[in-house]
This record gives sequence, C-alpha cells and structure tokens, in this order.
Amino acid sequence: MKSLVFLEHHEGKLQKDSLGVLGKAAGLGGEVEAVLLGDGVEGLAAEAGRHGASRVHVADDVLLAAPLPQPRVDALESLLGEGGHDTVLFAASVLSADVAAGLAARLDAGLNWDLTDLAEEDGRLVGKRPALGDSIYVDVGWTSEPRLALIRSGTFEPAETGGSAEVVKIEPRLQDFSLAARMVEQAHEESEGPSIEDADVIVAGGRGLGGPESFALVEELAKALGGAVAATRAVVDAGWYPYAAQVGQTGKTVSPKLYVGVGISGAIQHKVGMQSSGVIVAINKDPNAPIFEYADFGVVGDLHEIVPKLTELVRARKAA
Amino acid sequence: MKIAVCAKYVPEATAQRRLDPQTMRLDRSGEGALNQFDVHAVEEALKLKEAGPEAEAVEVVIVSLGPERALEAMRKALAMGADRVVLVSDEGAAGSDLVATSRALAAALEREGADLVLFGQQANDSDGAVLWAAVADRLQRPLISQVAELAHENGKVRGKRQTEFGYDVIEAPLPAVVAVSDAINEPRYPSLKGIMGAKKKPQETVSLGDLGVSADEVGEAGSRTEVYALGEPPARGDTVKIEDDGSGAEKILEFLQEKKAI
Ligand SMILES: Cc1cc2nc3c(=O)[nH]c(=O)nc-3n(C[C@H](O)[C@H](O)[C@H](O)COP(=O)(O)OP(=O)(O)OC[C@H]3O[C@@H](n4cnc5c(N)ncnc54)[C@H](O)[C@@H]3O)c2cc1C
Ligand SMILES: Nc1ncnc2c1ncn2[C@@H]1O[C@H](COP(=O)(O)O)[C@@H](O)[C@H]1O
Repeated sequence: MKSLVFLEHHEGKLQKDSLGVLGKAAGLGGEVEAVLLGDGVEGLAAEAGRHGASRVHVADDVLLAAPLPQPRVDALESLLGEGGHDTVLFAASVLSADVAAGLAARLDAGLNWDLTDLAEEDGRLVGKRPALGDSIYVDVGWTSEPRLALIRSGTFEPAETGGSAEVVKIEPRLQDFSLAARMVEQAHEESEGPSIEDADVIVAGGRGLGGPESFALVEELAKALGGAVAATRAVVDAGWYPYAAQVGQTGKTVSPKLYVGVGISGAIQHKVGMQSSGVIVAINKDPNAPIFEYADFGVVGDLHEIVPKLTELVRARKAA
Repeated sequence: MKIAVCAKYVPEATAQRRLDPQTMRLDRSGEGALNQFDVHAVEEALKLKEAGPEAEAVEVVIVSLGPERALEAMRKALAMGADRVVLVSDEGAAGSDLVATSRALAAALEREGADLVLFGQQANDSDGAVLWAAVADRLQRPLISQVAELAHENGKVRGKRQTEFGYDVIEAPLPAVVAVSDAINEPRYPSLKGIMGAKKKPQETVSLGDLGVSADEVGEAGSRTEVYALGEPPARGDTVKIEDDGSGAEKILEFLQEKKAI
C-alpha cells in the first residue's frame, strides 16, 4: 500500500484532523506520503514528517492561496498521474469533501465518505461507514485504484511518531475553469462571542425553535441549569444565533456533562460535535428524528410546551 | 437564463429506512418524496427567477436521476413554480455510486446547457454532500458549495458559505454550479393553483441511451465502490424515548436527578 494524505491547513497551521488521518495511514503500514497545497506552506512539511509522512509533496503557488477546491483537484490529478499511490485519504471538511469528489470524477476513482475506520481485511482495504443516520454500519470497499476516502471529522487523534519527511516540490498546471471561482472574503477564526467549549452544561437550539425570538426559551433554560447556549448550523446560517456558539463539524466540538438539544434533528454533522457529551437529552416533535438514536433521554413533543415548564421545574428545584 | 436544479427522489423522511440485506442497497420500496434539502434549491431558483426584470425569460428545470415514480415526487417542484422536469430513468442506473451518478447527471445537464446549476445540501439517504463537486468537475464549471446566501448580478454569482473557520464569500462567473445550505431560505408551499397547474407542465423521461451514456458507465458496472457487509452499529448504551403527555418536563427533571446531572 502506498497512500497519500491530503493535508489541510489554516492560517499557518496543519489541521488536527489531517494529522489524525496521517497517523491512521501510518498505522495501516506501507508507504505513507502527504501533499500540501497552498502559498508559503513548505514550512509545515516538517510537522507532517513527525506525524508519519515519509515524503511530503509541496506546491507553493499564489493560485493555491485561497482554500478553493478546484485547483487542488488539478494538483492532485498531476501528482497521482506520476503513479504509485493506490490510496488517497482526506479528513472530511468543507474544502476536502469538494476536492475528493472532484478528484473522483476526474480520475473515475471510487470515493467512500464518512468513514470512521479503515482496516486491511482478507488482503483488501475495508472502510467502516455508519449509514442512515448511524443506524447501521456498512463495510465498504473499492473496485479500482486509486481508492479515495473521506474520514469523518474528529475520528483519529494525531500522534507524533518522531519521523522526518523528505520534501518534494511540485508545480501543478492549473486549468482555467478551476481558477474561475474567486475568494472575495476568506473566513478567519472569530474570537468574539460566547465560549461554549468549557461549559459543563449546554442547551442547544435548532430550527425547530421557529425563529430567533424563541432562543429566549433556550437561554432561560440554560440560565436555570447554569449552562451555555449553543446552536446548529441551520440557525447560524439563518442568522438567528452567532457562529461562535455553533456545535458540529464546522463549529465547535464540545463534551459537556449535560447536553440538552431543543428542536434539533441531530444530523451527523451536528452529532460529531457533541457525541462525547456525558448525558444527552433531546426534545423534538418528530419521533423519527435522528437525535433520538443517540439521546440518553428523549421526549417527543412540542418544545414550546416542554421547555418553559422544564425551566420552571429546574428553578424551583434549585431554589429548594 | 436557464437554471437547472438537481433534485433527488428519496425515501420519505418520516419512514423507517433500511438497507436490503440481499442487495445491500437502500430499500426503496416504500413511499418516496422530493429530498427536502433540494426543496431549498428549488426555492432559491424561483427567487432568482422572480428577482430578475423578466421572470418569464428565466426557465427553471428540475433534473433528476431516479426511478420512474420519481416523476410524481418532482411535481412538487413544478407546483412550487418550476417550469419543467427532466427525469433520467434507466434500469441500468440502479446501484450507481458517485462516479456513475455524476456521469449520468452531467450528461443530462450538458444537454440542458443551463447557466446555473443548483444542488441541495445533501441527499437524506446518502448524506454525501459531495455530488456537486463531481458534477462541476465533469462540466468543467466553477463551483461554490454550502451557500447560505446567494446573489446574482452581471453574469456572476456570489455565495456566502460556512467553513470550519467562519464565513467565506466566493464569486464565480456563469455558467456555474452552486450547492445551497438548508438555511438559505424558507421554501414556499405550493398553492392550489400551482398544484393544479403542475400536471400540465412538461415532464420528460429520458434514458441513458438518449444522453449518450453507455451501460458500462453507470450502475454497478460504472461504479468504483462496493458494499461488502452490513452490521449493527456499536450500541451507545440505553436510550429512552417517551411521548410527552404533559409530564415530559417532569420526566426530564427526574432523569437529570437520577443521573446526578443537576
Ligand atoms: C459539510 C457540512 C457541515 C455541516 N456542519 C454542521 C455543523 O457544524 N453543525 C450543525 O449543527 N449542522 C451542520 N451541518 C448541517 C446539518 O446537516 C443539518 O442540516 C443541521 O444540523 C440541521 O439543523 P437543525 O437540527 O437545527 O434543523 P432541522 O434539521 O430542520 O431540524 C429541526 C428539528 O426541529 C423539530 N421541531 C420542529 N418544530 C418543533 C417543535 N415545536 N417542538 C419540538 N421540535 C420541533 C423538527 O422535528 C426537526 O427535527 C453541516 C452540513 C454539511 C453538509
Ligand atoms: N439522483 C439524483 N438526481 C438528481 N440530483 C441528485 C441526485 N442525487 C443527489 N442529487 C443532488 O446532489 C445533492 C447532494 O447529494 P449527495 O452528495 O448524495 O448528498 C442533493 O442535494 C441533490 O441536489
């Protein structure tokens, strides 16, 4: 096996999930290489070496400065064209999902996504994929090479192996259509807003609240419980609540002792940000909402009825 | 201007979903519907149509790959205001993975030659949130994904979208591919008039042959991934689910006390 790990970086730092996947690749054995695409990123190769890459292919190009997927597909296509890699691994992210799927089409290569493990079984590579809202596990594989895989976010912890990597510079040729999309304003880490990572209790609100004004219900309950307020992407995207309070794949990862989800369906991308919470309580009017698959205690009902009552009960009990 | 919306026929969201242990594919025998995430893409197309100076001059076409009966589910989009449906339906397409699906869909989209191709956030059965990138690559068009706010002017689209680090703003010239998030809009409900009118709108079913896609490029033959086995997920421990009969709040409090979570 000769694998290539796509390394994602932001503001001069390699992403933790990418390093985790690199470690997993190293654990699978064979040759492990990595690829770093960006502008002024060569300096990050050493850290990849310490996490298990024996060689890092680096493209430093202003045209790769913005984290846009399409030029990255071009770069990977030419790198893989040189031959040798049978497996390409990506830690799932907004960027890498688009890179991986674009590459799949470009090379007619199989892509399996949302994997939570990889193993060699009976001489073949098998991906473990929870499906249908994590209600079933599926063993998936590939019928040709290269095999492309997206690993669910937060799956593998990085581990230093203490190695070092040879750096190989590459100069990919980028296609016109790949450069047609332009980054007008790039996201940067926002430090404003509430901090939810250290909270022992989190009450999170979703689109089931019906509107931004109903966040008051969530805030009251959070206050009564002495906790912080969090939100889903749906309500953050809609402008009901600040991004800093978002839990999930593109938000924060939290593990409070108590998480109460109110009007939240419990999509996988939300779950990955809160699944390690101690106790999970869910209030949702749809009995088939995926969150009930993993809530310790779920109530099927109207949040507008239940939440204010619960707030009162908690207050009364704290006062007693 | 022509806007194509890629929409999928999926099992009803409220139905219990299962994988068929024989074929190891999703059991699609139950009730189906238009993927709710794609309803947002339909709504966005209609908003763009209505925002322009000449709504009549903008055509909204629904493009779907799925079984024959998907056509009925796609009528919801027509009832909302879309102009036309093209359903790519072919026995040979069953079991298509990303590589194969993107090939068939790209062929249908090539034929339409739309200025803007819209996708929904994800199919509720695949949870992939990836297809657009494969299709954009095949069409060789710029892509903006996860868009929560979309603007169109002077032959360009501009999208605001969330990443792991906050919000990006990305711009692309038309023709382009855009995938929207489920928070981009509140989809309208079809009016009675819309529902009545939907049946009369053009609904075309095409085969892969019509699109010049050969049998070995789709279905299992055209796919590059496979399923080896199905298994239960590891249990997370006890989960309790109760109906609220008015005592839901009390029950939660009791549970929290029992768990010493309060
Ligand atoms: C690449 C990518 C990254 C993503 N990252 C994230 C992320 O970081 N975080 C995140 O949260 N999501 C993320 N998502 C989005 C995710 O897939 C879901 O779309 C989102 O989590 C849904 O939010 P929600 O639960 O608030 O809304 P919905 O899915 O619309 O759920 C609302 C729920 O409220 C219930 N409800 C409605 N009315 C009531 C009522 N009166 N009483 C009780 N219940 C009610 C409904 O039954 C429903 O289950 C991401 C998606 C993608 C593709
Ligand atoms: N069979 C299909 N026909 C048409 N559009 C589809 C199909 N499958 C997926 N899509 C579109 O691609 C988006 C993402 O799907 P996925 O990557 O499978 O989660 C969906 O929201 C739809 O817009």
